[in-house]
Amino acid sequence: MSVELDVFVGNNTIMDEDVYQLWLDGYAVNDAVRLRMETGALRDCDVSSDVVHSDTMDQFRTFHMCEKLLHCPAKLGNQLLFQIPPQKQAMMIERYYQFDSAFAREVLGKKLSKGMKKDLDDISSKTGIGVKSCRRQFDNFKRVFKVVEELKGPLVDNVKRHFLLSDSLAKDYAAIVFFANSRFETGKRKLQYLSFQDFAFCAGQLISYWTVGAVDNMMEDMDVDLEKEFLHNLKDLKVLINDKDLLDQHKSLVCAQLRGKIKVFSEMEANFKPLSRALVNIAAKLTHSRDVRDLFIDLVEKFIEPCRSDKWSVGDLRLFLSHYSSTAHMLETFRFEPIWDRYMGVIKSCILKMYHD
Amino acid sequence: MPGKLKAKIVAGRHLPVMDRASDLTDAFVEVKFGNTTFKTDVYPKSLNPQWNSEWFKFEVDDEDLQDEPLQITVLDHDTYSANDAIGKVYIDIDPLLCSEAATVISGWFPIYDTIHGIRGEINVLVKVDLFNDLNRFRQSSCGVKFFCTASIPRCYRAVMVHGFVEELVVNEDPEYQWIDRIRTPRASNEARQRLISLMSGELQRKIGLKILEMGGNAVVGYLQCFDLEGESGLVVRAIGTACTLEKLINPPSNAQHTANSSPSKDIKEPVFGEECPSNPLSSGPSTPLRAPAFSFSPSKSYSRQSSSSDTDISLTPKTGMGSGGSGGKEAGPLKTLLRQQTQTALEQREFPFFTLTSFPPGFLLHVGGVVSARSVKLLDRIHNPDEPETRDAWWEELRQEIKSHGKALGCHAVVGYSESTSICEEVCILSAVGTAAVLNCRFLQDGCLDALTEHRLSRQLPLFPSGSDKVEFDLGSSASLGCEDLAPPGCGFCHIPYDELNMPFPAQLSCCYCCRRAKVPDVLFTTIDLPTEASILGKGCLIQARLCRLKKKGQGEGNATCISSLLPFMEYELHTQLLNKLKLRGMNALFGLRIQISVGENMLVGLASATGVYLSALPCPGGIQIAGKAPGDLSYEQHVSNMQRKINDTINKNRELYHINPPEVVEELIGSPIPEPRQRSRLFRSHSESSDELSEIDLSHGKKDAFVLEIDDTDAVEDIHSLLTDAHTPPGFFSCNTEIMPGIYNWTSGLQMFSSVRVFRLSNVNLTNQGLNKIFSELCENLLKSLYFKLRSMVPCCLCHLNFTVAVPEDELIQVAVTAVAMSFHKDQIQDSNKSGDDRAPMKVITENEDQLQFPLELSAENPQPLSSAKNSGPSDGSAGGLARASSAERASPLPDGRSRSLRSTRSFPGSTVAVVKMTPLSFIPGAKIVKYLGIINMFFIRETTSLREEGGVSGFLHSFIAEVFAMVRAHVAALGGNAVVSYSMKECVFMENPNKNQAQCLINVSGDAVIFTRETELEASSTQPQTANTQSNEDTPA
Repeated sequence: MSVELDVFVGNNTIMDEDVYQLWLDGYAVNDAVRLRMETGALRDCDVSSDVVHSDTMDQFRTFHMCEKLLHCPAKLGNQLLFQIPPQKQAMMIERYYQFDSAFAREVLGKKLSKGMKKDLDDISSKTGIGVKSCRRQFDNFKRVFKVVEELKGPLVDNVKRHFLLSDSLAKDYAAIVFFANSRFETGKRKLQYLSFQDFAFCAGQLISYWTVGAVDNMMEDMDVDLEKEFLHNLKDLKVLINDKDLLDQHKSLVCAQLRGKIKVFSEMEANFKPLSRALVNIAAKLTHSRDVRDLFIDLVEKFIEPCRSDKWSVGDLRLFLSHYSSTAHMLETFRFEPIWDRYMGVIKSCILKMYHD
Repeated sequence: MPGKLKAKIVAGRHLPVMDRASDLTDAFVEVKFGNTTFKTDVYPKSLNPQWNSEWFKFEVDDEDLQDEPLQITVLDHDTYSANDAIGKVYIDIDPLLCSEAATVISGWFPIYDTIHGIRGEINVLVKVDLFNDLNRFRQSSCGVKFFCTASIPRCYRAVMVHGFVEELVVNEDPEYQWIDRIRTPRASNEARQRLISLMSGELQRKIGLKILEMGGNAVVGYLQCFDLEGESGLVVRAIGTACTLEKLINPPSNAQHTANSSPSKDIKEPVFGEECPSNPLSSGPSTPLRAPAFSFSPSKSYSRQSSSSDTDISLTPKTGMGSGGSGGKEAGPLKTLLRQQTQTALEQREFPFFTLTSFPPGFLLHVGGVVSARSVKLLDRIHNPDEPETRDAWWEELRQEIKSHGKALGCHAVVGYSESTSICEEVCILSAVGTAAVLNCRFLQDGCLDALTEHRLSRQLPLFPSGSDKVEFDLGSSASLGCEDLAPPGCGFCHIPYDELNMPFPAQLSCCYCCRRAKVPDVLFTTIDLPTEASILGKGCLIQARLCRLKKKGQGEGNATCISSLLPFMEYELHTQLLNKLKLRGMNALFGLRIQISVGENMLVGLASATGVYLSALPCPGGIQIAGKAPGDLSYEQHVSNMQRKINDTINKNRELYHINPPEVVEELIGSPIPEPRQRSRLFRSHSESSDELSEIDLSHGKKDAFVLEIDDTDAVEDIHSLLTDAHTPPGFFSCNTEIMPGIYNWTSGLQMFSSVRVFRLSNVNLTNQGLNKIFSELCENLLKSLYFKLRSMVPCCLCHLNFTVAVPEDELIQVAVTAVAMSFHKDQIQDSNKSGDDRAPMKVITENEDQLQFPLELSAENPQPLSSAKNSGPSDGSAGGLARASSAERASPLPDGRSRSLRSTRSFPGSTVAVVKMTPLSFIPGAKIVKYLGIINMFFIRETTSLREEGGVSGFLHSFIAEVFAMVRAHVAALGGNAVVSYSMKECVFMENPNKNQAQCLINVSGDAVIFTRETELEASSTQPQTANTQSNEDTPA
C-alpha cells in the first residue's frame, strides 16, 4: 500500500524559504525531511513525517521546475507558469546565486572549464558542502562568466543587469569573473590563509582602478581585463630602485616621516631597500601576463612575509605604505606620479587587506 | 455574413530551441478558424520573434463563431524537411460575442503542446465585428451570457428566473477511432482537444438558443461535464438555470465593506434599513405554504426547435440500448415511466429544477430535504451522433424521479440540482441530486425582484451571531418591516413543506425553536449553501463520510445488476456515517451535501462531503449512546461505558471547538447526550433498475433507536472507531465545502486556491470492506492534514469550498482530487456568543498589503534571522550551517502572528510584466467588488508523455501539468482584461499511467467565470469618491 502520486499546486506558488535553502544546499528529500523534523521547528505543528515528506517533495519539485528559469533570471519575471510575487522572485534569484565563500575560495582563479567538475567532488569533501550544492555554485560561476565575459561596460552592472542580483552579490560575482579571467594564482599553500572576501576585496580594487573601465567608463572596452597600457607603463617605475640616488632619497624621506611614529622603525629602516625593491619589481613584472597571475603570491612572499617576520603591526604597515607612496611625490626627478599613485593605491589597500594571520 | 473575426500575431518569447545546430528557431505562425488558414512570415533565427503580422480577417457565420475556437499554431520552418510544430493556442472567442463582456482579447498566451507542455509564449490580438442580424430562424445565440457562478452574479439583478435548461451532444471519441492506430499521440490528442472544444461551443450555442426561446438572456449555475465513455463515444452535457439578468448601474458599494470591517451588532439596524425599501416581501400577496398548482411562467409558451437532444418524452427509449440493469425487470420501470409521462405530458415538459445553490433572501421559502436518484446503465456505441436520445432518455428518467421525490416531500421545486456520472468500462452510474424546496413564486414571474440585487449584502453579515435573544430582536425587526410572509427569515426555510399528518416518511417533528410557529424536522440535509438569512449557532465544519465496497469483477448486465444492488447499501451507510458524525459535532444540519459514488473494476467508492452547522431553529441534537448486547459481564460493561464516555467527551469538545452553545432554556435534555427516541432521514433515493416502483427507502434504521449503537455488531464497532479517529482540524483552521464558512465573516484579502491530487495503490493482499474503509478514510484524512500543514502560515484561515472527487482509475488505485481555496480571516473579529477568552489577543490589522497575504509563507523570511546575512557575510560551514539555518527560520514560519511583521520595505523589482490573476472556487472575492463579468472560461487539456521518468515520475508529470493548466487559465483571463476567475472548478482530472512503458496521460477540464474586480479599501469607505476603487485595483495588478 503506497501513495503512488501526490501533488499539490497552488495558484500562487507556495514555497517555504527554509525548504528552498535545504534544496539549494543539495539535500536529498529524505535528508531534508529528517532535518526539518529534527530541528524541532515543526514540533508545535504535530505533524507526521509523511506530511512533511509530501510537502518537501512538492516544494522540491517546484524548485526543480523553476531551476531552468533561474538560469536566466529575467525569464522568471515574465514567465507564466508560476505566479510568484516580485519580492519572492528576487529572493529566489538571490538565494540561488548565493554561494559558500569556502567553495568560491577553492575555485577562485581557476579556469571555469568542464574539467573542473571532477574536482568538485574533492572540494565537496574538503569543505563539507554538498556535491549538488557545489555543482550549482560552480555552474552559476560558469554561467555568469560566460554571459558577462564578452559584455561591454562596468562588470558589476553587467552582472546586476543580467542576473538581477543585489549589489553585494554582484560585486562578489564580478570578483569571481575577474579572477577566472585573469587566472590569478590563489591556490598556493602560502595563500591559503587568505579568505574569499580578502580576494574579492582585492579584485574590487583591481577592477576599480586598473582596468580600462576604471579610467574611462564610457569606453566600449570591458572591465574584465587590466589595462595593457597601464601595465606597460609600470616598467617606468623601475627608476625608483635602479636609480641609487632616488632610492636613498626616498628612504630618507620615508624615515624622516616615520621616525618615532612606528614601533618597528629600525626594522623598517634596515629593510627599506628590499621592500621597496619588491614592490617596484612586482609592478615592473606585471607587463607579462604570466607574472600578473603571480601578483598575490608575489605580494605575500616578497612583502607581507618579511613584514610579518619582523612583527609589523597593521597600523605600522599602514603608516609606512602611506608615506612610502606619498613621499615619492617629493622626489625631484621622479616623473611618473600618476602611474605611481594608481599602482600604489591598489597595492596598499590590497596589502592591508591581506595582512593578517 | 454576420461576423468578422480579426486576429493579429504580434510576437513570441521564450520559444524552445528547435535547431540544435544554431541553438535558435525559425518560427512562423498559422492562424486557423474553421477551414480558413493564414500564415505569418518566418522570423528567422530567434527565440523571441517579432512577427507584427497584418490583421488576418475571417468572415464567418455567428454560428461558427460560437462553435469554433481560434486555433493558433506555432511552427519551426525547416527548408529540407517538414516543419516542426512547436505548439498551439486555442482561443475561445465567445466572450467577444457578448456586448457586455470583453471587447478585445490581447495578451501573452502559453504555447501548449500535448507532449511537451508549455513551450514559450505568443502575443496575440483578437477582435470581432458583429453585424446585426435579425433572422428569426438563426441557429446562433450570440449575446447570451454564461455564468458558472451558482447564484445571481454580483453585479447583476435577476429580473426573472426562468428555470432549468439542459442539453447534451455526443460524438465519437477520436482516441477510439480506427485512425488512431496510425497517427501520432500528438495528433490524436489535438484531435480530441479540438473536438471537445467544438462540442462545448456547440453545446453552449444550443443552450443559448433555449435561453432565447424562454425569453431569458443568461444562464447561471452553468455546469458542463464530459463523459468519456470510451468505445461508445464522448458525451458533453450541460445543465443550468435560465435567467433574465439586468446589469446594476450603480451597485451600492459601501454596504459590504461596512459589514466587513465591523460586523458588530450596532450596524445591524442601519443595514436592515437599507434593505428595507427594496424588499418585495412588503408589497406582494401572501404566499401559501404549499403551492400545489405552482406553474412556471415561461413553460407554456416554450417551444423547442432544436432537434438534437431534446428530452422529448414521447420518444420511446430504445430498450435494447443499454438500459439493462436487471434483465427481465427492465420493462417495468420503463413502462411506469412512460405511463407517467403520457399522463402528465404537458405539465412535465419542464423540470422545476434550479442549479443555483444560493438565493436572494426570500426566494427560498421551505426546504424539504435532499432528493437523489441514481441509475446504472450499460454503455453502447452511439450509432448516430445527431440523435443522442438514448442519453437524453436516461437523464429524463432520473429527472422524473427527482421530481416525484420532490413532490413526495411536498415541494414543487428542486434547488442546488446537479448531475454526474461515473464510468468504468461499459458500466455507467448516472446520478442526480438536489434539494426539494418550496420557492416564492413571485420571484419566478414578474420583474419585482429588487431583493435579488444586493443579496451579498447580508451574506457577510453576522445576522444572528449569538443566542436566541438576538434572534428575537431580528424577528422583531423583520416583522416590523411589514413582512406578511408566514416564514420569518431566520428560520422559515427550515419549516417543513410537507403535511404534518401525512408525512412521506416517519419523522420526528418539533416546534420551530426560533418562532414557535411551525414545525421543523430534527435534522436537515441539503445540497445548497447556507441561506444568508439563516440563523445559526457557532461555526460549521466539514463532515465527510467515506466508504469502500468490494465487488466481484464482472461484465455486462451481471455487473450492472451487482452494482445497482450495492448502491442502496452504500447510500444507507454513507448516510448513517454522516448522521453520526453530525451528532458527534453537536450539529443538526448539513449544507452543500455532495455524494459521489465511483465505480471501479472491483470496488465502489463512496464519498459524501457536507458542511455541518447548528441551525438554531432546529432542536438540539441528541448524543450517541452505545449499548452492549451482553449485559451482566462487568468488564464488558466497563468497556462500553468507557466508549460512551469517550464519545460524550468528544461531543462536548466539539461543541466548545465550534462555539455551539445551545440555549439552555429549550428543553431539559440539553447538555446530556441522551439518544433521541427516533431518527429519520431526509434523504430520498431510489434506483430505477432495482425495483418496479420508485423506492423510497426509509433510512431511519427501521424501528430501532438510531443512535443506540450496539457494539456487538462489528459494523458498529467500525462506525464508532471511524467516528473517533477523525482527526481534528489544527488550531486556527476551519474547513467547509460550502461557499463560505457559516460563522466567519471577517475575511481578509488573503486567499490561495489550490488543487491537490493523490493516487493510492492498494497492495494486492485480500482486503476486507472494513480494511478498505480504513485505508480510504486515512487517505482522505492524510490529504486534509497535508493541506493544513501546507497552509499553516495563513492561520487563522478557513478552507472553503473543499471539493473532493474520488475515482477508481485502475484495479488497485484510488484517486482523490481536491480543489479548494484557503482564506484567512481576522481573528479578533470573530463574533461568537461564548467567549472562550483565551485567544482573543487584539490585533488591529484591518487592511493589509495584498502581496503579503497572498504569499504568507514569506513572512517567515522577515524575521531578524541570520539566514541571508550569514550567507552574505562570511564563509558558511557546510551542512551544520544549513541545519542551524533551517531551524532558526522554520521555527518562526508557522506562527500565526507573523502578519504583524508586515512592515517591509516595499522595494520595487524590475522585470515583472505578468499581471496577477486570482483564482477562487467561490463566487466572490472577499473585500473586493466584481465590476464586470468577462465571460466563461471552459478549457480542456490533454497532456501525454512518453518519458515519464525523465519528467519526475507521475507526480512530476501531473504537478507540471496542473501548473500549466493554471497558467493557461490565468493567461486567458488576463488577455480578456480580467484579474480573477471566480467559481473556478476542476471538473475532470483523468489520469492514466503505464510506468512499464514510461508513459502517462492526463485530461483536465476546468471552468470558471473571468471577472474584473476592484478592491474595497478603507479609503473608499471613509471618502465617498468612487474613483478610489479603480486606482486601487490598478495598484493591485501591475500591468
